[in-house]
Amino acid sequence: MKPQEHKGRRNFIRGGVAMLIGGAVLSAARSRSPKLVWQIDPEKCTRCGRCATHCVLAPSAVKCFHSYSICGYCDLCGGYLRPDAKGRNTGAENQLCPTAAIKRTYIEAPYYQYKIDEDLCIGCGICVEGCAVFGNGSLYLQVKHDICVNCNECAIARACPSDAFRRVPAADGYLLKSDQETRIS
Amino acid sequence: MTAKTQRSEGVRVQVLRVFASLRLILLLIGMVGSAHAEFRFPMPEFSTGYEHPAVHTPAPDNSMVGWDVAVLIGTLSLAAFLVLKHRKRSAIFLLTLFCLVYFGFLRNGCVCSVGSVQNVTAGICDPSFGVPLTVIIFFAAPLLFALFFGRVFCAAVCPLGAIQEAVAIKPVKVPPAVEKVLSVLPIIYLGLALLSVGMGAGFIICQYDPFVGFFRLGASFSMVLFGAIMLLLGVFVARPYCRFLCPYGVLLNWCSRLSRRHATITPSDCIQCDLCSDSCPYNAINGPSEADAPEARARGAWRLGILILLLPILAALGFGVGGFLKEPLSRMHPTVRLAERVAGEELGRYEGTNIESEAFRGSDQPIEELYADAVELKAGFGAGARWFGAFIGVVIGCKLIGVSIHRKRDGYEPDRGTCYSCGRCFKYCPVKE
Repeated sequence: MKPQEHKGRRNFIRGGVAMLIGGAVLSAARSRSPKLVWQIDPEKCTRCGRCATHCVLAPSAVKCFHSYSICGYCDLCGGYLRPDAKGRNTGAENQLCPTAAIKRTYIEAPYYQYKIDEDLCIGCGICVEGCAVFGNGSLYLQVKHDICVNCNECAIARACPSDAFRRVPAADGYLLKSDQETRIS
Repeated sequence: MTAKTQRSEGVRVQVLRVFASLRLILLLIGMVGSAHAEFRFPMPEFSTGYEHPAVHTPAPDNSMVGWDVAVLIGTLSLAAFLVLKHRKRSAIFLLTLFCLVYFGFLRNGCVCSVGSVQNVTAGICDPSFGVPLTVIIFFAAPLLFALFFGRVFCAAVCPLGAIQEAVAIKPVKVPPAVEKVLSVLPIIYLGLALLSVGMGAGFIICQYDPFVGFFRLGASFSMVLFGAIMLLLGVFVARPYCRFLCPYGVLLNWCSRLSRRHATITPSDCIQCDLCSDSCPYNAINGPSEADAPEARARGAWRLGILILLLPILAALGFGVGGFLKEPLSRMHPTVRLAERVAGEELGRYEGTNIESEAFRGSDQPIEELYADAVELKAGFGAGARWFGAFIGVVIGCKLIGVSIHRKRDGYEPDRGTCYSCGRCFKYCPVKE
């Protein structure tokens, strides 16, 4: 075979492969999207506790969120107080949160505000369960995008028993339970 | 079950028990009295002018995305220049270290080109799956560069290759026969990964990524263990992941075989001095063909004919054997695992529930629907496993054909498919331009 002929065949095959790559790119581009991030659908979450243990980061990028606009501001808060709490106060022995990440402040009788300290929260969801069982469900878990490293396949999503993790557009990266919240970024 | 989940479980049961009665009463009151029927407690109206605090919703850091693409294209171009024109191993190695720091430690190794294969496949199989432009570029750019300049992506840009290149201190030669046999593994891995993505069973390449845990300075124990084994092995067997596992390397290998230009050992004509023959730790240097009489043409033709006839037989064999893989492969999918678990619980084969089946029973999805989904998925996996088997059969057949063909070579040259363009051989060549 002449070298010239050989080169022509090689060029032809190369063109074919380039077109194949282009085809793959084009058909993938049909589903083109802006940047995607992982988020938890609070309606699907079952508070299993794996968010705290399966994230590649320690502590987890999943934190507890509080939608104040649907909170009852209860004195007897199912998310804050242990079920066997001796008193309704800020005593450590009464608190449900393992890291004391919820701050309770008196607003006016008979209302108390509960605020999550993001630096202390480990995303275990114990308070979320308490609030869901005895409360309005205003506490729920969300992925904090300033912490999340946005793995191509989220390790928690893989471990999630209720398929609550999904990819959402980065521009609107949170699935808040109430749309009446004022947001700060 | 870990101590932590056990504890939260305990607390949960307590919460349920103590509040259950109270909850019922409150629910009734709430249903009668409250305007917000869906909430247990009414939202208070404050008289002190208190306002709800804002919810902190920080946006993801998007600023580096453009940079990533620019750095990828830039480093690929620079790598091509260093490999083809500059021809200095030290410069290539420096670029490798830069990419290890940038794509690995700074950008946490996600998304990488190796994993992007899965996103692109998912995008092709399911148009509703979003594939960002960055990911598409990360997939296509290294392949196009391989098509023109060889595997310059492997040489310097890939962070997974870079971390192995950095620890390859005392590489030993793997017997070429072993290398050839093991080189089937990446193709099998690629086939498995594509099957998994196509069936929606998850991204196994990311799941079994050995080094991303080091980049993020945090990972599960098994991931760190796998990575540590790969790095220790990599001290003696250079680039074990790239050679015997990397699924993206398969695509790069195919593209690089057709490359327009490729790294050469000698800058000019090979004088067959044999100095470079032991320089490559990857068995990627092919020597000149034996001078003594080649085997009779007729015999070679016969063998080739038989091997080509063997190809469809191997494919059919793989197709048949693949049928047996249906059950184990279908368990890659979480829905199938869940359905089997729930079915086992229904039949009394398991005691109690596990966390997945409990979550399922808490949802309002009927069991029949879950079973139907699982049956459909299994059927899909049945077909997928057969085609996967046929694919493996064809791959083995093609490997055999590749081994049986002898090309005439006048000197030492890198194997276009397996050469990583690392540049180790450059300094062994005494020929100057």
